[in-house]
Amino acid sequence: MFSELIEIGLIHYLAVGAIMFTLGICGIFLNRKNVITILMSIELMLLAININFVAFSVYLNDLVGQIFTLFILTVAAAEAAIGLAIIVIYYRNRGNISVEDINQMKG
Amino acid sequence: MLEIIPVILFYSFALTLVCSGIMVISVKNPVHAVLWLIFAFFNAAGLFLLIGAELIAMMLVIVYVGAVAVLFLFVVMMMDINFAEMKQGFLRYLPIGLIIAAIFFAEIFFVLRSSTVDLEGPISGISLQIDRDVSNTEAIGDVLYTDYVFAFQVSGLILLVAMIGAIVLTLRVREGVKKQNIDQQTSRSAKDSIKLVKVEPRKGIDV
Repeated sequence: MFSELIEIGLIHYLAVGAIMFTLGICGIFLNRKNVITILMSIELMLLAININFVAFSVYLNDLVGQIFTLFILTVAAAEAAIGLAIIVIYYRNRGNISVEDINQMKG
Repeated sequence: MLEIIPVILFYSFALTLVCSGIMVISVKNPVHAVLWLIFAFFNAAGLFLLIGAELIAMMLVIVYVGAVAVLFLFVVMMMDINFAEMKQGFLRYLPIGLIIAAIFFAEIFFVLRSSTVDLEGPISGISLQIDRDVSNTEAIGDVLYTDYVFAFQVSGLILLVAMIGAIVLTLRVREGVKKQNIDQQTSRSAKDSIKLVKVEPRKGIDV
């Protein structure tokens, strides 16, 4: 039991990734009203996925995982930029960012 | 004694990563949440450094902390919102959030436990063997611009579309703002700008 804890292996990184992903899901459910926190939770989930990719990449001795992580990073940055832009124009039009009223945009 | 240091580092990074993740989703003030998010990214970068993915670690610090988190910070500070009001449903949603999180975590746990792939041993079908003699950045650069050049270009296109989209979405033309019109300025001529008037004595002029 103790030697399992002291020898850091793939499973430890996967456990950290799983906990972070679960935290992201939990954050989406807890902050139903705040779009910004929901976006931050999505960032946490992407970070967890990156941890999984890099851990598998190193422990399987395969570089493709790290290259794919770079592309995930790119897509995450693009997604955050577009999401925040949408939040900004929504705030400009309505004066708040509550999730309940977003369906009133109607295109 | 020396081999215990990476273990201590791993557990401290992992523990602070998880704690800052909890703080991100639970603090009231979103500015603090963004700051905790930045802290979480730094800890994840530390984990990546420990595992030997130096380029990803530095990219995480530069892209996430330097760009994404600062963007969040700007947007949060720009808005004048009663954030305490937004936190109202927190306790109401806490049980269902915890239940779903627990179910999801259990699913991941059982998948890991019952996985038939031997996670420790060598695996077939490796496409890019990591060479221990070449540095991580050099190894990634070797393949990123040759074998993966199409994906690289497409990711650049995605960033371009995101940039144009963000600009188009947030651009607005305001009414009643005095602006410099260079075209108008340069097309002015002295003939229609200056009028010479002969002023008669004791008459004055009509302007």
